[in-house]
Amino acid sequence: MVSVEFLGPIGKSPLQLQVQSLRELSALLAQDPELSAWLQSCAVAVNDVLVSSLDTPLRSGDRVALLPPVCGG
Amino acid sequence: MLELHQGPLEVSAILSRWYESQKSFNYGAYIPFVGTVREEGGIEALSFDIYEPILQRWFEAWQARAAQQGAIVMMAHSIGDVPVHGSSYISAVFSPQRKVALSLIASFVEDFKAQAPIWKYDVIGGQRVYARARSTPIVGSGLLGGGA
Repeated sequence: MVSVEFLGPIGKSPLQLQVQSLRELSALLAQDPELSAWLQSCAVAVNDVLVSSLDTPLRSGDRVALLPPVCGG
Repeated sequence: MLELHQGPLEVSAILSRWYESQKSFNYGAYIPFVGTVREEGGIEALSFDIYEPILQRWFEAWQARAAQQGAIVMMAHSIGDVPVHGSSYISAVFSPQRKVALSLIASFVEDFKAQAPIWKYDVIGGQRVYARARSTPIVGSGLLGGGA
């Protein structure tokens, strides 16, 4: 299982999903109307490292986080 | 040094503590930036969420970058509500010469605004409203939205 956490203002509880890659996760999350708008603007981290490829493999126990637009200070 | 505090920052205490901690290490320049919550748009406060693991990594990368120039960076940020005229953010650079510190503080604060995993909310009538229009997508955003 891969855990998926929605940070900051997304306000959605974490999910536990059976997925092998970010590409697969992308397809799955796109089906959720609550999330589809966020997906366009979120950065993605796997185990707290920002990633840039949909081909990033996911293994059981990995933690994916979605980071919406930021504004510190 | 990265510090996270619940509520408004104690500006004088933090600036003084940082100064005292570094004053005997031969830095010629100490340049702090203090961010104050402004009264505008009818807000009572700003409020902040932080994702600490990625903030820590981002900050460590800046510490390494500063170290290459013989400098160090410091940062303090609030979690939760910070009322109008309170401070939510302080950063500072210590360096041997002023030019390095002046240049580093500018690029550090700009990168902080664009990349640090912190979410800001306006507090109006006791409600938290995500400051979406003032927020910036982190570089590489949209990966899961079919944009890549």
